Amino acid sequence: MTNEELKKRISEILPGASFEEGGQWLNINMEAKDWRSFSNSLRDLPELNFDYLFCLTCVDWKTHLTMVYHLESTTYRHTIVVKSKLDRNAAEIETVSNIWRTAEFHEREVYELFGVNFLNHPDLRLLILPDGWEGKNPLRKDFEDPVNMIKL
Amino acid sequence: MTDKNNIQNNIESPASGSEHGNSVIGEGGIPVFPGLVHPTPSGGILVTAIDDVINWARSNSLWPLVFGTSCCAIEMMSTASAKYDWSRFGFEVARATPRQADVIIIAGTIVNKMAPVLRRLYDQMADPKYVIAMGACATSGGPFFYNTYSVVKGADHVIPVDVYIAGCPPRPEALLHSLITLQNKIKAGLTREQIKESSKVENEGH
Repeated sequence: MTNEELKKRISEILPGASFEEGGQWLNINMEAKDWRSFSNSLRDLPELNFDYLFCLTCVDWKTHLTMVYHLESTTYRHTIVVKSKLDRNAAEIETVSNIWRTAEFHEREVYELFGVNFLNHPDLRLLILPDGWEGKNPLRKDFEDPVNMIKL
Repeated sequence: MTDKNNIQNNIESPASGSEHGNSVIGEGGIPVFPGLVHPTPSGGILVTAIDDVINWARSNSLWPLVFGTSCCAIEMMSTASAKYDWSRFGFEVARATPRQADVIIIAGTIVNKMAPVLRRLYDQMADPKYVIAMGACATSGGPFFYNTYSVVKGADHVIPVDVYIAGCPPRPEALLHSLITLQNKIKAGLTREQIKESSKVENEGH
């Protein structure tokens, strides 16, 4: 399906989604509370069939956080990007590790680096950071570490 | 071989030797083999100091420990492979165990989690051991010097380093140049270990 057809189909599934122009793939902005049903329908609807999550990350804009998911379908080979704004003080979103298993590790990484709480995640703990780094989210823009970080 | 040619040339045309014989000087002023050749009718007698011969032997057969953490490891691998072969200089086998290695080439970034591992590997190496810090990250933290919570700003915070290489990553020729520099340092008796040894002997003499 082309980007136009995807845009049409997705606005039928999720009326509140807004689309960004420009870019090679279709960018969808949605609310965090719709993520559970939306992600299930992205994978289960036969004409969409997004079964490959190839990137799960978070971006810290200084006023808010944005979760970014890159999804592809291995049957139709179409790709979309789903973005969702999160509040910095209450960063919570539903997990997708029960839909795409790879998200288990990626969400652990976002949890340890940005502090986003993933609801219903089977095993949410630190992935690469050593013990003692709980609560400190190094990739947030307001992270300060006077010992290690030398300011430019 | 170049060594034999130099010896022959020095015997036939005595140039700047001492009163006892001719030193075996190669290119660059560094002796290819330490000592003086005392010419006799049937060839020559090589008079030398054992320390110099030991240094010569050590420097020509340094076995590196595989320690590539980051992108510099790719350049190290390419130095080790056929095009820029470092086994021409004696770095024949790259030992995986520190017990059998002489030189540790820190090729890559040292992060805070890796620093105790590096220290342990260095402590497990047997004397005499040498350290080459390859690339910008091992020298000073490199591109990760500012604003990073997890990188050790230079491998010399963890272990003492003999030779630093600049570059990100340094070309294989730069790594070979640093290996030759280390060899010259060892032959001249100037590495940290050798200075420590010689000062220890002086202290014991008091």
